[in-house]
Amino acid sequence: MTMRWRALAALAWRDTRTTRRRLLLSMSSIAIGVAALVAVDSYSSDVVRSIHVQARSLLGADLSVSARRPLPTQVTALLDSLHSRGAADTRVTTFSSMALVSGGEGTRLVQVRAMGAGAPFYGVIETSPSDKWKDLQSGPYAIVDSSLLIALNARIGDTLSLGYARFAILATLRNVPGDIGIAASLGPRVYIPDRFLGATRLLTFGSRAEYEALVKLPATIDADALAKSHRDIFDSLQVRARSVADTERSLTRSIEQLGRFLGLVGLIALLLGGTGVASAMRAYMAEKIDTIAILRCVGASSAQVFAIYLIEAAGLGLAGAALGVVLGVAAQMALPHVLGAFVPVDVTPQIEWMPVLGGLALGTWVGALFALGPVLGVRNVTPLQVLRRDADDAAQHAARSPWRDPARLTAGAVLVASVVAVCMARAESVMIGLWMSGAIGGAIGATWLAAVLCARAARRLATIPSRFVVRHGIANLERPGNQTRPVVLALGFGAFLLGTLALVQGNLLRELASTADASAANLAFFDVQTDQASPLDTMLRSRELPVLARVPIVPMRIATLASPHVVKRTSGSVTGRAAERPSWALRREYRSSYRDSIAPSEKLVAGRWWTSDGPDRDGVYEISLEQSLAEELGVALGDTITWDVQGVRIRTRVTSLREVQWTRFEPNFFVVFQPAALREAPQSFVLLTRVRDDADRAKLQRDAVERFPNVSTIDLSLIENAVGKILDRVSLAVRFMALFSVVTGALVLVSAIAASRRQRVREGVLLKTLGATRAQIARMLFTEYALLGAIGSAAGIVLAVGGAWAAMHFIFDVPFALTPLPLVVVAAATMVLTVVIGLVAARDVFAETPMAALREV
Amino acid sequence: MLVARELTKSFPSGDRKITVLRDVSFTIAGGEFVAIVGPSGSGKTTLLGLLAGLDTPTSGSVRLDDVDLATLGEDARARMRGAKVGFVFQSFQLIPTLTALENVRVPLDLRGDQSAQARASKLLARVGLADRVHHYPVRLSGGEQQRVAIARAFVNSPTVLFADEPTGNLDQATGLRIVELLEELNRDAGTTVVIVTHDTELASHARRIIRLSDGLVVEDRERSA
Repeated sequence: MTMRWRALAALAWRDTRTTRRRLLLSMSSIAIGVAALVAVDSYSSDVVRSIHVQARSLLGADLSVSARRPLPTQVTALLDSLHSRGAADTRVTTFSSMALVSGGEGTRLVQVRAMGAGAPFYGVIETSPSDKWKDLQSGPYAIVDSSLLIALNARIGDTLSLGYARFAILATLRNVPGDIGIAASLGPRVYIPDRFLGATRLLTFGSRAEYEALVKLPATIDADALAKSHRDIFDSLQVRARSVADTERSLTRSIEQLGRFLGLVGLIALLLGGTGVASAMRAYMAEKIDTIAILRCVGASSAQVFAIYLIEAAGLGLAGAALGVVLGVAAQMALPHVLGAFVPVDVTPQIEWMPVLGGLALGTWVGALFALGPVLGVRNVTPLQVLRRDADDAAQHAARSPWRDPARLTAGAVLVASVVAVCMARAESVMIGLWMSGAIGGAIGATWLAAVLCARAARRLATIPSRFVVRHGIANLERPGNQTRPVVLALGFGAFLLGTLALVQGNLLRELASTADASAANLAFFDVQTDQASPLDTMLRSRELPVLARVPIVPMRIATLASPHVVKRTSGSVTGRAAERPSWALRREYRSSYRDSIAPSEKLVAGRWWTSDGPDRDGVYEISLEQSLAEELGVALGDTITWDVQGVRIRTRVTSLREVQWTRFEPNFFVVFQPAALREAPQSFVLLTRVRDDADRAKLQRDAVERFPNVSTIDLSLIENAVGKILDRVSLAVRFMALFSVVTGALVLVSAIAASRRQRVREGVLLKTLGATRAQIARMLFTEYALLGAIGSAAGIVLAVGGAWAAMHFIFDVPFALTPLPLVVVAAATMVLTVVIGLVAARDVFAETPMAALREV
Repeated sequence: MLVARELTKSFPSGDRKITVLRDVSFTIAGGEFVAIVGPSGSGKTTLLGLLAGLDTPTSGSVRLDDVDLATLGEDARARMRGAKVGFVFQSFQLIPTLTALENVRVPLDLRGDQSAQARASKLLARVGLADRVHHYPVRLSGGEQQRVAIARAFVNSPTVLFADEPTGNLDQATGLRIVELLEELNRDAGTTVVIVTHDTELASHARRIIRLSDGLVVEDRERSA
């Protein structure tokens, strides 16, 4: 190399003199992908950092010990023994109950948290009016979510009834460490002092509650070591122990997972932008052939020319990536508003250097790699082309068939390897990295395939219209140096994300609504005690309301399980996670029922339903298991399970397996017993009824709660509302990411138009010279962009239908129904966006006077 | 048929005004074959643009078939060109995405003329490209491209055809054939042909020569037969 790099760089800089703005525009399509990655990664770092700082406040203690039943004496004894070493502990009991306000209207299912003195040890619960938390323990007070006040039409100072006790509402909650925003839409929170818990008389038989001890440890005791050394005891007692480090680990893990998913979308946006850069670069290089031929003529070697344009490509990649970083940091500041509801910590965004530098490096690298393909074509330009323009043809032809060029194949392979490497670096395991690479390849490949097929269909149609302007508009999609493919890819992917989202959301809501319609019941009473079942029944019938079901519920645990697989598992001869701790399915509390016949929401898939009502000769009863639970437990028909029902052992044999339609609004059970087995066991009941009128339903709930304060009700319409709210929040987050893809598509389109601007203006001018009016030219452009938008949205929608079907089928297990309206909206929006952007970007084509046809040669 | 009256065209350049054409007047009758000649920068192309209604004069007027072009709007002038004017350019100016036949059809297509296909085929045969109709411009030689351009210029049976250095990008032999083709079409169809060139050899084929220098008509003579 005779020229020095500095001289080459200077030449490269000068070479871009007239086209810098346009080149920057084409590189901006990369900027959006970089922005998405920087924003997501920076925000994720922000959150992880905040979790680290706030972890102690999130747990509210150094160690939390919790169980689904009152803490066993072994555990409380252990906690007491720690007192002498300087530890302190307090209790938090969490459960659901009905709340109502004296003199107010309506009732509401709430999350009650009975807080012991001193709880939480760390972190501040902020209230409005402020500083009321410290007063909570001084009397029968409650601090509640403001949404409860709205729902019950109550005010601070009103009296709140919980069970048999009354509390004065002291304040509303402004911020509770560790609570994610959407939790409140599932059930407003009510904090009361622990010492008034008994007065509510709510924790009766069968109530589900979580009993937690918060422990504050002196510096001399390590929470992790303590939890570890007692793990066996805790496990055997079905008690969960969490340290600050555990909390931090599990929260960090889920944030990183969210970050990975959103990062995946960013990575795809980056690659889509990259395809835009490749086509813009191809158009640019085609224009540069003369310049290159002249450079070759005056003595530049092929390698030097290549170096000049490689420097340009890298410089542009850097510029695009830098722009992306700036946008990304701006988006990072916006993300807390979009994702805040899912995140359990308060996040203060700050510049995170790792994501910023990573985004800059990745953007430059990907931009340069995509630009490399067209740049490699300069090697084919000979000095002869200065003299003979015909030689263009051969060179361009050679430049267009990358498959025969080892250098371009290598560039492609390096690109693929880079993407896989980036996925590996972002994933926690090789498998997940490969899976992510596959997902990216699949998403882009499927969009590409759909784009190609739609474009082919359009070409078929192109011969049909008799109007010249329409035919010409369609032909424009095929013009040399066209950017149909990258534009359609980016638009299609955006439409795909938005369409899938709209369909999934629509399907879930429709399913929910149809459940509500199909379910005979719309109001459930639960925690109904044995002596309350008949009076409640009578109360309903006296109002001419049907009692649609009266289902007994018996809480129990697995005592022993006689199945070959499980014996192995608990004996520890199996390696891996399962061997370390028995699975959740073994340790959990089961709420089972008993009945004579199979329910309408169930289907028998193996074995047969019992016909007798009594144990066999050995005193073994028959049970029916839900299919997936049987898999989880590793039991088959004929296996025996012994249950611990409030201290009484009941031996059972699995005689049938059921498939359960869980989405129906009626109580469903993992385990159903032969009636004789449980008829005498301690139990509570669920009663179902249907009240058509909203006001009647509200009144019934209130009357029932006043008479049976411990009985809770679930109103189906409230569930629908809550699910709708959660879906809204989730879709907001996904839509935010889809926006990156759509913006990338728009930018690719703008840069595509800019790249072919000279050609378009020349052609527009020529057509005007030949007699075309401005309206005719506008119609051509309109046809072109409308078709581009149509192909893009068609490709996206085909994929969206597939994607939504797969999501409904494999994830939600709900039948898929095609709802055309959201798809029409997405398609129309994509087309309008394309046409508007296209016409605005191409306004030069109208503006230029035909005189230019003579001047420009 | 084509009347230029005291045409003046000036462009602002910085704070000064550059006058490219000064009081140019002449009348061209139907069926004439005229060459406008002059050195580079003499205002030839500007004049051609004004005559064809591609541009508007600073003062003066152009009348084509008794219509004052200044009274027509941009789109009306475009329609007028589509109906009455043909163009041949130095750089051919074919649309790269269209085949030879489709390029020739364009002026008729823009008018929605149903006879486009038949007329375009006939004209391509006439310029000797019957076997090249479905080729794209990049697959044609320079001479072939210019013949396609001439076919396109004649497809709408124009009353006047403007040619801007039509042989400028061609070798001598090919250029000669193009000129002969223009002469033939001028003779057979009676179309007025106005060629702009600085090539005296090409100009010698014209029956009348208008010479420009520094924006002024310095000579306007019939070639002695």
